[in-house]
Amino acid sequence: MSSLLGQWNYFLVIILMMLGFYAVIARGNLVKKMVGLNIFQTSVFLLYISIGKVTGGTAPILTGDPSTVYSNPLPHVLILTAIVVGIATTAVGYALIIRIQESFGSIEDDEINAVMEAPDKGAAS
Amino acid sequence: MMHHLPILQVIVPLMAAPFVALLRGRDAAWAVTTLVTGLSFAISILLYLQVTASGQTLIYNLGGWAAPVGIVYVIDAASALVLPVITGIGFVVTLAARHLVSAEIAARDHALFYTAWLLTLAGMIGQVTTGDAFNIFVFLEISSLSAYALVAMGAGRDRRALPAAFNYLVLGTVGATFYVIGLGLLYMLTGTLNLEDLHVRLADVEQTRAVFAAMAFIALGLFLKIAIFPLHFWLVPAYSYAPSAVSALMAATATKVSIYVLIRVMFGVFGYSFMGVSDGLGTLLLALGIAGAFAGTLAAILETDLKRLFAQSSIAQLGYMAIGIGILTPAGLAAAFLHLFNHALMKGALFLAVGIIGAQGGRATLKSIEGAGRQIPMTMTAILFGGLALIGVPLTAGFISKLYLVRALIESDLWMLAALTFVSSALALAYVWKIVEAAWLKPRPENAPILRETPIIWGPAWILILATFGFGIFAGPLVESAFAAAQLFFGGGA
Repeated sequence: MSSLLGQWNYFLVIILMMLGFYAVIARGNLVKKMVGLNIFQTSVFLLYISIGKVTGGTAPILTGDPSTVYSNPLPHVLILTAIVVGIATTAVGYALIIRIQESFGSIEDDEINAVMEAPDKGAAS
Repeated sequence: MMHHLPILQVIVPLMAAPFVALLRGRDAAWAVTTLVTGLSFAISILLYLQVTASGQTLIYNLGGWAAPVGIVYVIDAASALVLPVITGIGFVVTLAARHLVSAEIAARDHALFYTAWLLTLAGMIGQVTTGDAFNIFVFLEISSLSAYALVAMGAGRDRRALPAAFNYLVLGTVGATFYVIGLGLLYMLTGTLNLEDLHVRLADVEQTRAVFAAMAFIALGLFLKIAIFPLHFWLVPAYSYAPSAVSALMAATATKVSIYVLIRVMFGVFGYSFMGVSDGLGTLLLALGIAGAFAGTLAAILETDLKRLFAQSSIAQLGYMAIGIGILTPAGLAAAFLHLFNHALMKGALFLAVGIIGAQGGRATLKSIEGAGRQIPMTMTAILFGGLALIGVPLTAGFISKLYLVRALIESDLWMLAALTFVSSALALAYVWKIVEAAWLKPRPENAPILRETPIIWGPAWILILATFGFGIFAGPLVESAFAAAQLFFGGGA
């Protein structure tokens, strides 16, 4: 039991991951899909950040004292990169949604698919 | 200078990209891009010669920090084989891009188009060069993000490119995120991200459940990026609504790079003897590979739109590569490398040739190419020869890779799969025949628009077609390189 509670961070990560992933798959609204995708990515950020945590550890700054306990900075730096990637993805995603709204007049999956599958309706308007 | 080639391979296109974004005018951006991709191609050839001549692995320590502390770029027999494919296709398609892009994309977007073009190339090159697992993710996202933008640029012609790009973005991001989850688990277990170091340290924790979970996440993420059946639904719309030049570049290179990353991680990190690979992933790849080969071929037979047809056939060809990897023998892996190389040539040529028709207004469909065999003979003959290579007709490169694939299957006593591979290849004849029938056996309808072609337009497609024949007739050196690359993952274990 205590080992389960001791790993509460992983449970949080898994719950968030599944919530986000569900939204990506099940939601027909493109904006909601993007939100789900963001939650999904954020859960992975949390996973990495909690890996780097060392109990009782402080910020990883060189003090010259070898007994200093500090958190592992590497996963945190990796996630800094991943956050940047995530922002770029979100920006491209929303830019596409705006363009889709402009040319299809909808951001609902099923309405767009109706146009996608109909022949000869793809020509630029 | 020679010493710095591994890093130059990546940063030349990467640094050129923002510069190109500043250029104005129709041809300046294209000219610089051609120069840069040509330079990249030259660098990759030099690297290939260096590695094959010495038989050694080139290791470049970034900032002078050696592995495992620093990030290293590794050029070994496998990456030296894949790099010329990416840069070479990139160069040839760029040659053709001038005509295709000015026909399909508004002039004010050209500079940005070529910026994204160079970034996606740089990202793909980076994935192949780097020896660091997290670096792979970053380069993967660089190449994917610019690829989403490139696909979406097809919207000037056909607005369906936008949802296609969006779905590609969602599934591509899910795939990349799965890869990162798996990587996080591996880092927790081993404390390293260097591919070689990961392999060494994984030996201590091999039987834990976390390693299997990590492998499952990474494999699933990469399957999505490769578009292995049944995770291929993003690929067909993305390739068929993208601008013609983008279809040619992506179909020839993008999924191939993901295949390479899968090989790297599967064999280079986990190793062929790791239980999850030998009992799980190998069999799974064989099953999905043959299912994809049939599903893709059958779907291609039913298509009437040429771009969609060839995109479906890509699913089938990726299936053959998956089979090659799944055999888990050096011969099978070599066949996968061979097919990766050869398929890039064929599909690049085919999509370029289809693009010539598409750039003249309307989509290339079986209806719109009726009787076109006499009007644009060079273009249609290129499509015919590319199609023959897809089937695997002798004298083409497609024959060589199918031959080695079937041989590897028979060596491993997988007779059933060998037979099925043969049958599905033969089925490809059906969709190639449909094109031949439309282009040569039917008369050109009287009200059909007149199609044109000039050597400048069909030249690049023919370069790739001739390369297909070249590597089909003089296959020796390529086969040798493929076996050297495969041996790398079965030799000393690392």
